[in-house]
Amino acid sequence: MSDPHEISRSGHIESRDLSIGWRHGKEHFQAVDRVSFSIAAGQFVCLLGPSGCGKSTLLGALAGHIRAASGSLFLDGAAILAPSPERGLVFQHHTLFPWKKVIDNVAFGLKMKGVARAERRARARELLDLVGLSGFEDKYPVQLSGGMQQRVEIARVLINQPRVLLMDEPFGALDAQTRWIMQQLLLQVWASIRTTIVFVTHDIDEALFLADRVLVMSHCPGRIRDDIPVPAARPRGEAWLTSDGFIRLKRHCLDLIHDERPCANPPDGADLALQPAVSRLAEALI
Amino acid sequence: MHGAHFSLAATDTSLSAPAQDDGASNDADIDRPETAKGKRAHLPFGRLFVRLLSLVVFVALWQAASGNRLHLGLVNFQNVPAPSEVVPALRDLLQSPKIGAHVGSSLCRVFAGFVSAALAGIALGLMIGRSRWAADLLQPPLEMLRPIPGVAWIPLAILMFPSSELSMVFITFVGALFPVLLNTIHGVSGIDPRLIAAAKSLGAGRLRLLTEVIAPGAAPSIVTGLSIGMGTSWFCLVTAEMIAGQYGIGYFTWESYNLQSYADIVVGMLFIGVFGMASSVLVRKFGDLLTPWYQIGNACGHE
Repeated sequence: MSDPHEISRSGHIESRDLSIGWRHGKEHFQAVDRVSFSIAAGQFVCLLGPSGCGKSTLLGALAGHIRAASGSLFLDGAAILAPSPERGLVFQHHTLFPWKKVIDNVAFGLKMKGVARAERRARARELLDLVGLSGFEDKYPVQLSGGMQQRVEIARVLINQPRVLLMDEPFGALDAQTRWIMQQLLLQVWASIRTTIVFVTHDIDEALFLADRVLVMSHCPGRIRDDIPVPAARPRGEAWLTSDGFIRLKRHCLDLIHDERPCANPPDGADLALQPAVSRLAEALI
Repeated sequence: MHGAHFSLAATDTSLSAPAQDDGASNDADIDRPETAKGKRAHLPFGRLFVRLLSLVVFVALWQAASGNRLHLGLVNFQNVPAPSEVVPALRDLLQSPKIGAHVGSSLCRVFAGFVSAALAGIALGLMIGRSRWAADLLQPPLEMLRPIPGVAWIPLAILMFPSSELSMVFITFVGALFPVLLNTIHGVSGIDPRLIAAAKSLGAGRLRLLTEVIAPGAAPSIVTGLSIGMGTSWFCLVTAEMIAGQYGIGYFTWESYNLQSYADIVVGMLFIGVFGMASSVLVRKFGDLLTPWYQIGNACGHE
């Protein structure tokens, strides 16, 4: 574990008694409450739960954008303290730079590493090919559809060869048809790169279609209620979505979620994930 | 004439420039049109005709009022030179050797004042926008100076600088500084914090964040500030030249009044309008070149 080269292609995540709280005016809101789990390298894990259950907050902590109140998070034995290209983050709404062409958006991570222009563009082309966007190199993000924007976003994160891919409802804003295409695409991509993926969603079907393992979260406070392995063989197709095994797991997830007591007006998870950045910016501007 | 001319200029710039919404982040769940070409469709002939006609009627009314020495009680056209007098005066000035000195010194002053204001305004704006410490340190005095118009600086500027040339450049600088500064701060604050988070996640350090995200993100707003600043710096310059100048378009206009060559006043005003508008358009075009994505985004948003 001490040699960084030895562990560079792993991606083992460990959470120990992690708690994250927010002050919302005078109220204190416990978004994540003493959560412990472990994710094996190369595993595809979905965090499933209703909105406001702290799953986005947990993902923000894994990305390094949010500090834990107590407990700790480790990636391959090293504590997670700040954002890093090794932990790529994909949001529901794309965060592509509007002023960069598609190819330069994808190549951004390599530019930050000081890779020469020709080389980083060549790598970016490979990744655009991987996500099925060859031929769109010179478009600006605003010229793409929502699904295409998310493809670029995924390519941009993958160019850094992250140990972990963190996805916060990445297909939540897409129409059903595009979402289905993107889910299949993600599995294809994952099959070729085999990085660890932590995928936040409130869509049970999506979680059971994609994941090796589903962590079901409850809210008020955010805790992990169940840890469900999804034993279906890969590659998965539509057959899995209509199988008895799928229905049984879905029934189980529904029971867990319907069990939830509604809680008093929890702040929106997605907003919380960015609260530090937003408030810091607001403070800087007076 | 002065007011009418300026309002025409304003209409023209607002037509050629896309509306500057607060960097409206176009959330795209739908397919975007492929290209942004053809967003500036030509006016239909009928409307073009009406516009030309309006211009002709305006000049004709002016000619009639001045030519007939009209006295309306409140407004007096008796001493207002008619277009028929202005055109020969314009021809004379264009042929005189002095024109180069007048236009040249005005352009130099505006250029020096505007460029230094642009550099200072953008640098200060980025600092204030990005660092709370810089904001606390720099903003109070700037806020105190901001409401003071550049023209009000003229007496003090004459006392502060060794030459009247420098004091005029300084007034031009003051005129352009605040529009640039405020728009830069506004642009920085308008950047989606998620883009900053994404850049950090992708490995951008402080400096790279500034050059790759903050500066381009604020660019459309900075361009707006520069274009407004260009207008105000001309405004300030002309006033300063009237008081402190020896050459320059403002000086020429005021001198013409003193020498009672009234047609030259209008010629000077025309020059001020033409150069002020041309330099604003130039700044806007230059800004458009720097922000191609923004033009495309606007075209997609409008259609």
